[in-house]
Amino acid sequence: MSGCKDCSGCDLLHPPVDTKAEYVVALAGNANVGKSATFNQLTGVDQDIGNWPGKTVERAEALLQHRGRRIRVIDLPGIYSINALSTEEQVSREFIAHDHPDVVVNVLDASALERNLFFTLQLTELESPLVIALNQADLAAKKGIVLDAGKLSALIGVPVIPTVAIQGKGIAELSDAIIHATCSRPRPKIIRYGKEVEDRIARIQALLPGGSGGYPARWTAIKLLEGDPDTVWDVRQHSPGVAAAALESGRELEKIHGEPAATVMSAERYHAAEELAASVMEIRPPGDNEVSLTEKVDRIALHPVLGYLLLAATISGLLVWTFVIGAWISGVLTEFLSAIAPVEPLITGTLPEIIFNGAWTGFVAALTLIVPYVIPFYLVLALIEDSGFLTRFSLMLDKGMHRMGLHGKAIIPLVLGFGCTVPACLSCRIIESPKQKLIAAFLVTLIPCSARTIVILGVVAVFVNIWWALFLYLLVFVLIVVLGRLAFRLLPGESVGMIMEMPDYHVPHVKGVLGQTWQRTRSLIGIVLPAYIIGSIVITGAYAAGLLEPINAALYPVTVILLGLPAMTGVVFIFGIIRKEMTILALAAILGTTVFSDVLTPIQIIVFGLVTLLYAPCISTILALAKDFGWKAALSITALETSLAVALGALLFHLIGPFL
Amino acid sequence: MASEQLEEYLESILDIEEKHGIARTSAIAKCVKVAPASVTEALQVLSDKGFVKYEPYKGATLTERGREMARKVKRRHRLLEVFLTDVLHITRDNVHDEACKMEHTLSDETECALCKLLNAPARCPHGSLIEACNRKVESCSACLDEGQALPASTRKEPLLPVTSLAPGQKGTIAFIRGDNGVVQRLTDLGLTLKTEVQLVRKAPLLGPVEIAVRKTKLAIDHAIADHIFVTPCGEKCK
Repeated sequence: MSGCKDCSGCDLLHPPVDTKAEYVVALAGNANVGKSATFNQLTGVDQDIGNWPGKTVERAEALLQHRGRRIRVIDLPGIYSINALSTEEQVSREFIAHDHPDVVVNVLDASALERNLFFTLQLTELESPLVIALNQADLAAKKGIVLDAGKLSALIGVPVIPTVAIQGKGIAELSDAIIHATCSRPRPKIIRYGKEVEDRIARIQALLPGGSGGYPARWTAIKLLEGDPDTVWDVRQHSPGVAAAALESGRELEKIHGEPAATVMSAERYHAAEELAASVMEIRPPGDNEVSLTEKVDRIALHPVLGYLLLAATISGLLVWTFVIGAWISGVLTEFLSAIAPVEPLITGTLPEIIFNGAWTGFVAALTLIVPYVIPFYLVLALIEDSGFLTRFSLMLDKGMHRMGLHGKAIIPLVLGFGCTVPACLSCRIIESPKQKLIAAFLVTLIPCSARTIVILGVVAVFVNIWWALFLYLLVFVLIVVLGRLAFRLLPGESVGMIMEMPDYHVPHVKGVLGQTWQRTRSLIGIVLPAYIIGSIVITGAYAAGLLEPINAALYPVTVILLGLPAMTGVVFIFGIIRKEMTILALAAILGTTVFSDVLTPIQIIVFGLVTLLYAPCISTILALAKDFGWKAALSITALETSLAVALGALLFHLIGPFL
Repeated sequence: MASEQLEEYLESILDIEEKHGIARTSAIAKCVKVAPASVTEALQVLSDKGFVKYEPYKGATLTERGREMARKVKRRHRLLEVFLTDVLHITRDNVHDEACKMEHTLSDETECALCKLLNAPARCPHGSLIEACNRKVESCSACLDEGQALPASTRKEPLLPVTSLAPGQKGTIAFIRGDNGVVQRLTDLGLTLKTEVQLVRKAPLLGPVEIAVRKTKLAIDHAIADHIFVTPCGEKCK
């Protein structure tokens, strides 16, 4: 920790009296460098996951308690540069410059040092106190790269701590370094670029010694030179002459290199990063033409035929696993929970009875859905994700996704949608362009989630046959493609192509997989559990108060005339908006039997299944959509899907009904 | 048969062939908008002239000569589309039909001048790749530099989009074409000029390509990767 040399006033073992003081630390770094693993190791599982204000970019925050200090750690999005090209970059840049974190921890991937240092150089320009975590040193060693952390620390002028975050190695040292840095505030050295660039930076800096918009002077000068729109606009407000002079300097650079100034600067930074990397890195020649494990696996996973087979096998395996294991656990759980108190959605009695019954039914339903179906699903998905396979699937599906205006990365929300729609909608944040984000979220709401799958399996497959159940599934997939294409054409905005890093495969790490599973489950519980409980109370109450009969009457034209279903299904569909799988329960309660084929004709069962699959997303999903895309989008999607469900249901009933 | 008509047929056959392997008479009829009977007749003529191989009831495939001709017209067509959209600001919906009429009368000289004027565009307004011309120049810049005050460094080596490298082949980045946003995104990921890259593999059906650069691997959309031009490595690369 060379950054501590000059600091004598800080004593880490004897913290100052004011132990309540909270420090703020920001974690910054490229994607796939183990930043989240470092975050998890530093803070444990108790994390606050939300959005950056007004942005659909995930913000994770948690508390690090170390040596009596309380430190708030903010995990910035994984980015490769600090321009303002993407929302993620904007969020990071503004947070570092305006919220003044006490320390910025830059997590580096030791095995790809050049590219990581390119980002570090930009952080040094923001002049925040900096600590570097040199992560994945073990991976680097495997690739024959040996790094001198001490030398890197000396060159940049800040502490450099080697870590292997997924194994927890170096985390204690990193925590110490962070605490120390809150006091010693190690400022990074200025890394100089080539003369033609430095001359121009100096010239602009002389004109604007105080910087602008809360950014340091050198950063402001560099950004002006690059022609960064935000900085130029900001400087123009108070010193238009400087902005003009700076743009002129930028144009000179463009003339010399025949490239935009920003690109010239990136090349300069990469050049500096190369030099830094070369001076701290020793590369041992790799073994004689040994093909890496990643390359061997990729030969199968990315093979034009085998790759798709693997993909199909993995996804269907995932679903089969979910529903086989899920049905079993669900059975055990339901039996156990009904032993405590009976589960009966429709009951009348005193008000407390009604409220208790509604809450209990909602709670049991949430528990028997989330625990058995969703958790095993997330667990295996996290394994597929953590090992590196999901990135390969993204690559293989990229071209197909283009047809829907999406790209390969959208596979993550779409697959998540088979579990529960809520976290799947929230995970659309990983997609860059707003248009693609919205298309992905829209399509995710159409993917049959585990609740809807239970309805299709439990009603259509059991009482008609499995082929009709599969047909309905297929129909939904066709609809997803068609609607995706339409949305792509009709929605404004642009679709950007995929540029994605391909990390090496590795054996999934238990803590990472469990952490990922827990985070998704938690975001689900946060929305679904309250919606289930409150929704169930409201519905039970409404039933007890006799308010549901008028609903049946009001929906009569739709349910009976258009869809050919019994009038009482009106209420069932209202129940289903609370929770999709509740339609089975409600249907059984209202019809007074669980053998649906006794009271419903096959076509009625099929139409019922189809409508349940497609109509309005459940209330939890509507809330999630409203949270990320606003009420207008959430309600438009709801209205669109409901009319689609009714239209297709009516079509099916009137066209195919007579032949069944 | 008029040469215009002949060229239209060749273009259509090229399009259909790329999609389906062999161009069936019915498909050609639909594409050129004439009756299938006239297509049969035209194919006979084209076959006699040595532009296509025609097998009755099966369809037609282009001969080497026919393919060369078709590509040339296609290139002109797409260049014209860019010109009509970018320079004359004609609505994108109309440029296809306009270009269809103009492409047959364009001379080699005009084609070259158009390409220079438009700065050797990569794609037509509808997104299809514009092929390189068959002129004996080493690269686009050799052509663009002529008589212009562009950077003096003329390229000696041939340029290829990185997507044209063979899997495992290396090259150094010579230039990245495209709007500043794309160039910046790629540059930020380490794809700077003169950097050595290796094409690891191409996904099937023009899917993304995997590129190794600075000890990392990137999967890049095929259309974006088409903009990354490299000098393929001979023995010079490490």
